[in-house]
Amino acid sequence: MPRPVLILFAHPSFEKSRVHRQLTRAVRELPDVTLHDLYEAYPDHDIDVKREQTLLVAHEVVVFQHPFYWYSVPPLLKQWMDLVLEHGWAYGSQGDALRGKTRQVAMTAGGREMAYGPDGFNRLTFREFLAPVEATARLCGMTFNEPWVVAGTHAMTPAAITQAADGYAALIRRLGAP
Amino acid sequence: MQSFLLSATVYLAAAVVAVPIAKRFGLGSVLGYLIAGVVIGPSVLGFVGAEGQDVMHAAEFGVVMMLFVIGLELEPALLWRLRGALLGLGGLQVLGTTLATGAAALAFGLPWQQALAIGLILALSSTAIVLQTMQEKGWMKTDAGQKSFAVLLFQDLAVIPILAVLPLLALAPESASVVADAAADHSNPAAWAEHLPGWQRALVTLGAVALLVGVGRSVVPAIFRVIARARLRETFTAAALLLVIGIAVLMQLVGLSPALGTFLGGVVLATSEFRHELESDIEPFKGLLLGLFFIAVGASIDFPLIGAQFTLVAGLVLGLLAIKALVLWVLARFAKMSSDQGLLFALALAQGGEFCFVLLSFAEQNAVLPTRVTGLLVAAVALSMAATPLLLLFWERVIAPRAVREPGEEREMDTPEEEHAVIVVGFGDFGSSVGRLLNASGVETTVLELDSDRVELLRRLGLRVYYGDGAREDVMRSAGAERAKLVILCLGDAEANLALAQSIRKHFPHLTILARAAGRLAAYELIESGVTHVYRESVDSAMRLGADALRLLGRRGHAAWRAAQHFRRRDDENMRRLATVFRDRAAHTSLAREAIADLEASMRADGVSGAATDDTAWDAESLRREFGG
Repeated sequence: MPRPVLILFAHPSFEKSRVHRQLTRAVRELPDVTLHDLYEAYPDHDIDVKREQTLLVAHEVVVFQHPFYWYSVPPLLKQWMDLVLEHGWAYGSQGDALRGKTRQVAMTAGGREMAYGPDGFNRLTFREFLAPVEATARLCGMTFNEPWVVAGTHAMTPAAITQAADGYAALIRRLGAP
Repeated sequence: MQSFLLSATVYLAAAVVAVPIAKRFGLGSVLGYLIAGVVIGPSVLGFVGAEGQDVMHAAEFGVVMMLFVIGLELEPALLWRLRGALLGLGGLQVLGTTLATGAAALAFGLPWQQALAIGLILALSSTAIVLQTMQEKGWMKTDAGQKSFAVLLFQDLAVIPILAVLPLLALAPESASVVADAAADHSNPAAWAEHLPGWQRALVTLGAVALLVGVGRSVVPAIFRVIARARLRETFTAAALLLVIGIAVLMQLVGLSPALGTFLGGVVLATSEFRHELESDIEPFKGLLLGLFFIAVGASIDFPLIGAQFTLVAGLVLGLLAIKALVLWVLARFAKMSSDQGLLFALALAQGGEFCFVLLSFAEQNAVLPTRVTGLLVAAVALSMAATPLLLLFWERVIAPRAVREPGEEREMDTPEEEHAVIVVGFGDFGSSVGRLLNASGVETTVLELDSDRVELLRRLGLRVYYGDGAREDVMRSAGAERAKLVILCLGDAEANLALAQSIRKHFPHLTILARAAGRLAAYELIESGVTHVYRESVDSAMRLGADALRLLGRRGHAAWRAAQHFRRRDDENMRRLATVFRDRAAHTSLAREAIADLEASMRADGVSGAATDDTAWDAESLRREFGG
């Protein structure tokens, strides 16, 4: 039994993104993968909570695919967490809908890898910056995987982008493997 | 009168029978008309006889109308962009074909004057057949289509100097004065300007063109505005016909080609708001007259002559097609057209044209060519015209499927899409808000509006709006419905809007419809007739007003906004559910009552909990219960 993968894709200016265009193209057609474009589905940020919860229940792996904005997730993804992960459903004494599922972050960052770390310009690692996401996953009883990051997108060659897209497809296939 | 009705019956019956059959077998309407002409002509059934020539002259007016319609579709900017192809390709085609055919005629032992006359006459191709076939097959936008059009346009221009030169080629110089008179009489009897001295004629000609452009720009739209205000469709059609015929008469008076004049008139009016309405009014007349013209060509093929001199006529037809196609093919290579498009261009224009008939009889009357020669040439030209649809069919079935396009070979975009992807029908307050949003976001729209005062006003504000009735299928077609993606229906009259939606779903099923609905009932009916994108005109402003009212009552902005957002979504879902039962009064009432109660209950429940919405977003109540103790 393959594990169905739900990719929650959040990008407010997808039209202008070189990297995410390739990343989404690489995984869109994979079997047992649902690519859910949040900014396309909810242009007014009016998230349909019931629909989102139904989608979550139907999948085993939940991927957050997004650019790294101000060291965090884009606002609609934060809104999604605020609204969908309800108390009594996702967490709390009654909330076990997500228990045992896997959470994976797949994001892009303009700065280079070496800028993220104790000696780097930004002081913290990607994983440290993502502490709220990791804590949210843990509170819901989900396994939080090491974030997959495409760094240095400001200066990426087309060949490197293609390579990153191949890597992303491989990651998603691995996550969905039985 | 009776004989008129009788021959009308014969012609119409022939067309009605032959054209659908020809189309059914993929032969195209032109070939159908030609076959119909042959069948009712003297050689087969003999229903029509001597009047064939007269009919052909009358039907040539179809060509005039066709050029008017083509002019309407061509904006001056596009024409300017075609200038290279027009002068370069057109000029070289006329020159090259004249020399090549003339040389062939010399080889037959004709004197050079006759050879040159034949060359000039046969250089022309058939605007009627080529454009009709290309439009029918949708090839006008291709490279070959655009270039063929440019060449044909140049040929229409070239008719005028050819008419002037032909009398000079007469073999018997002593009859020169007679010839000149004959030229004036026969080219067209109404042309008084031909009797004027040269410089006056030039002035008159320039004056007529200036008049045409000036009047077409200012006076004609004003007149049409008055007529449109009266909302009498047949008056509008009459005015459109009057316009075309009037231009033709004016052009004849000054000795210019009527086809060219109406073309110019069309171009002048292409930017006016009446473009689409004029086009659809003239279209049926144009189609009928052209059909009549093709039937007359078919009927005028002189089979006894062909039978008597079969090898000679066959040789002439093949020679004519071969020489013209070869010249065109060389030009196509020269113009760097791809090989399949170049071949289409060469095959399409290889025949002799309808002007050949006019010019041949003109040449005969002026003693330029002997009757024996013109009789043969008329037969050869008619047969070459009849062969054209077959040649194009050959291209379509055999050559086009094999055309391999190399990646770098894609042609440069020299022809911008004239038609826009979005058609907006109704440009009142609602429609213009939608249209301005789209325009501001860089989407070009074609707007149809039936209120001519409003059209004038909006045009003065700089918006591209056309006068036109969207309910007419032909108007929608000329507004580009076949190539558009979306149609936005913004009529204020709910019934008209619904009828329009139904007609569009029938005639243009590929279009996605976005419709304004006056109210709930209008929305039900639109949904019932298959429209998925339905927008009740009052809902969004009512929600914004309601949200503001909540704020004025002390609710926080975000809570009020989310309440409105939520209410609208639920209400929309309810409406779609109710649309399935609205014809059943009892079921509708009970379901509606249930839906309203549901919605209110969910909203009220939140009122109790202190939040303005029924989602538990940012709601700490349950957390307090679990962890607060």
